[in-house]
Amino acid sequence: MNALDWVTQLMEVVAALAAAPLLVGWVNCCRAWLQNRTAPSVLLPYRGIRKLFHKDAVIAEGASPLFRIAPYIVFGAMVTAAMVIPSMGTRLPFTTAADAIALVGLFATARVFLSLAAMDVGTAFGSLGARREMMVGFLAEPALLIVIFVASLISSTTSLPAIAEALATRTLGVYPSLAFTAVAFMMVLLAENARIPVDNPATHLELTMIHEAMLLEYSARHLALMEWAAALKLFNYTCIGFALFIPWGTSTGDAPLALVAAIPVLGLKLLVAGAVLAVVETVSAKLRVFRAPEFLATAFMLAMLGLLVHVLLGA
Amino acid sequence: MTTGLSSPLAICLALLAAWGVVGLAGMLRPASLRFAGRTLFPLGALCGAALAVVAGLNIAAPPEQIVLLIGLPDLPLHMRLDALSSVFLVLLGATSTGISIFSAGYFRRGQGTLPGLLCLEYHLFLASMGFVLLADDAYGFMLAWETMALSSYFLVTTQHRIPEIRSAGFLYLLIAHVGAISILLAFGVLQGGTWHFTFDSMRTAEMKPAWATAAFLLALFGFGAKAGLVPLHVWLPEAHPAAPSPVSALMSGVMLKTAVYGMLRVTFDLIGTPAWWWGLILLMVGLLTALYGVVYAAAQTDMKRLLAYSSIENIGILFTGMGLAVVYFGVGMPVPGTVALVAVLYHALNHAFMKSLLFLGTGAVLHATGERNLGRLGGLIHRMPWTAWLTLVGALAIAGLPPLNGFVSEWLLLQSFLLAHEVPKPFVNMLLPLGAAVLVLAAALAGYVMVKFFGVIFLGQPREARLKDAHDAGRTERIGLIWLAAGCVLLGLLPTRVLPTLSLVPEQLGLSVGTMATSSWWRLVPLPDRGASYSPMIFLLAVAAVIAITVLAVHYFYHQRIRRSAPWDCGFVRLDARMQDTAEGFGQPIRHIFQPFFTLERELPTPFDAAPRYRVTIGDPLWRALYLPLGRVVQRGADSLAWLQQGRIASYLLYSFVTLLTLLALML
Repeated sequence: MNALDWVTQLMEVVAALAAAPLLVGWVNCCRAWLQNRTAPSVLLPYRGIRKLFHKDAVIAEGASPLFRIAPYIVFGAMVTAAMVIPSMGTRLPFTTAADAIALVGLFATARVFLSLAAMDVGTAFGSLGARREMMVGFLAEPALLIVIFVASLISSTTSLPAIAEALATRTLGVYPSLAFTAVAFMMVLLAENARIPVDNPATHLELTMIHEAMLLEYSARHLALMEWAAALKLFNYTCIGFALFIPWGTSTGDAPLALVAAIPVLGLKLLVAGAVLAVVETVSAKLRVFRAPEFLATAFMLAMLGLLVHVLLGA
Repeated sequence: MTTGLSSPLAICLALLAAWGVVGLAGMLRPASLRFAGRTLFPLGALCGAALAVVAGLNIAAPPEQIVLLIGLPDLPLHMRLDALSSVFLVLLGATSTGISIFSAGYFRRGQGTLPGLLCLEYHLFLASMGFVLLADDAYGFMLAWETMALSSYFLVTTQHRIPEIRSAGFLYLLIAHVGAISILLAFGVLQGGTWHFTFDSMRTAEMKPAWATAAFLLALFGFGAKAGLVPLHVWLPEAHPAAPSPVSALMSGVMLKTAVYGMLRVTFDLIGTPAWWWGLILLMVGLLTALYGVVYAAAQTDMKRLLAYSSIENIGILFTGMGLAVVYFGVGMPVPGTVALVAVLYHALNHAFMKSLLFLGTGAVLHATGERNLGRLGGLIHRMPWTAWLTLVGALAIAGLPPLNGFVSEWLLLQSFLLAHEVPKPFVNMLLPLGAAVLVLAAALAGYVMVKFFGVIFLGQPREARLKDAHDAGRTERIGLIWLAAGCVLLGLLPTRVLPTLSLVPEQLGLSVGTMATSSWWRLVPLPDRGASYSPMIFLLAVAAVIAITVLAVHYFYHQRIRRSAPWDCGFVRLDARMQDTAEGFGQPIRHIFQPFFTLERELPTPFDAAPRYRVTIGDPLWRALYLPLGRVVQRGADSLAWLQQGRIASYLLYSFVTLLTLLALML
């Protein structure tokens, strides 16, 4: 554990905080281009967050302290999650304290607090959103864990940087189990980040929305934190995807140069991933809410299949 | 080897006896609520704390035996204190301390049974559970086991004037006794032809594998009935709502664990060398129970039934871990086996704390509102902040969220599950990892259940007008809740202090060598060669630091103005409490997704109904598939024997005469 490791750790958190809204902005741009619209500025999410921070907070009567605490907990959980995920370097001191299972636990904590806060005011929308979020969550969480299990069986550890390191340095070959789990992971990413086909981040239609329904009572700085946390969640999930499926380019050793080189590599990966996400969202249609469990059950089954393929073939 | 009066075992026995004395003292002034509440229950709590300390200090000590010269002639009671007993005694003592403190302020007048009698039953229940853990022969065990069943039966039927409660109590008693017969038979097999019923002779008895399997299956049935394994779980959701909340807490938190203890004792100690494939049976039953329990919990509308089903889920998790341990030890992989067994012990301890906390929380709500139905609660966090925040700790813990204690035991169990593909048995090594998937699904569903439980009771708007008058838990009740919540937090943050001690249990049972590796006091590394570690302290510090920096930054850079206004009503002016999700509504996705699990009866109104009513009744298909046919068979059997019962004393004397003659003929 040396100074460089701590620099890596700090860089990752700063990069996550700074780049997360940018990633959301980039995905929105790509979507606009694909749909023949004029794209908004890539920096629009930053402006939104800045604007929200300056507003007066309006809190519903009958909201309990939990409602005001929740944004900080959700945001804190997402930033802590960014500390565990090897986006640029795999020598992360903090990962001795939390492995991939704890990471999933962090996401679950954020989800539980978000849902509880949504139920707190006691409106129809809030509790509806909470219920749907938990429904998506209880199917997506096991799928994500099994995806991680497959990777950790290959690398025989549940520490995420160690998994990324093992996968990055393996002899180049196709792992059929990873192919299955990659599809499952993509589906989980879409569902967990309130993307089409499970949720639509662009609408406020009560029949379809999940994430937005929960945030309906939030305003000003609380909303800003929630929006930022949502952007961080997308960033975190994308980086988990990189760590599990395209771990090449992250710095694994003690060389400062490799770390510097990892920055543009991460940027490039994020550009491509954002574009792919926009394409997926553009070509697929929003599912009815009750088709969402089927979508996620498919993800769960694909992940299980990946696990089975791994133990059958040992690959 | 009998030892002196200052030995830990003697102190434990004295403390259990003290519980009995405290209980009997209640009969001095049976009608006095003050005497029981102010004096006896706090004394009981003190005994519990002392028991936890004595047993906790003794875990590392070698086993110790005492022969008590009481009981039947020629049948002295054998007592033994070893690491396994000590762990469960700590569980009993520490949890019951919190529950007793809570009880001191909980019981009120008009609960049916007189307070003094209740105090006797309660402390007898505690003492009998202690004796179950210490017993070292089949007689003593069964004696304590039956006392436990009977005292808890009377506690369940505290409000015996209500017919539903009486029938719930009867169902409990019935299943408890069917299970007890099975345990008795298991001991009968275990003595292996020696006809000595001390556990020592069972440990040394040589048995054919077939007989060992028979003993294992009988024990599984018997202890499974007490623990609530599917399909023997039906008494749990009936008995828990019927019992007063502290009793539900004791039954769910501690009594179910005595069944886990019994199963561990028989499998790993009395049989000694379990066959690896028994683990598969345990795994299958455990996983089924876990999934079944949590799915039903999500569909419940009664808060105590919901918790009862959640207990079934956790029992499933415990048996799953036990199965995994049996497989690992059976195939000669002691390292992951130790991790699995330690995870079971730790989860038992954790569940005792969190489930007691939740049941006591429902008790406080029940007192404040008189309502168990989730559909008539809501918004209680404003009226009952202490209860709400302390219950939240328990809810988050049982949902398996870091850094609380539920996460640690599930984390350990998953870590040991991840080595399942190395089990040197074809097919099994492929199917075992899939068990982890089921376990993870159950754990994720537990989060759903707890959001529903906490959100519907404590958050939102009150669904009934009179909830505005609800009062928070009293001072003693709060202390009890704080005790248990503190247990949840400490067990979550300091697993490295507890786990090495727990790993003495498999070592003492001769299953593994050396304690489990934990690397250092702050960092948990159960399997050093796999490089996975978890450090709850650092984890909590990091999250807390991030949150603190965020709060400070937000408050430093930006103003803190807050306005209150009405919630957004979507342009619909009359927004009221009935528009929130009900408990039924919150469970609807689960009912939809897991439809084959339930038998649903829907009553829908016709379009012409002037006062339309909707009703959905969720039934357990096992009732129709298993229990009702069984009941009919028993009824038919009884009917066909009814001619024996003629009501004339002469014919009964004839029966006795014939019986005696037959016995004589057999003897000669």
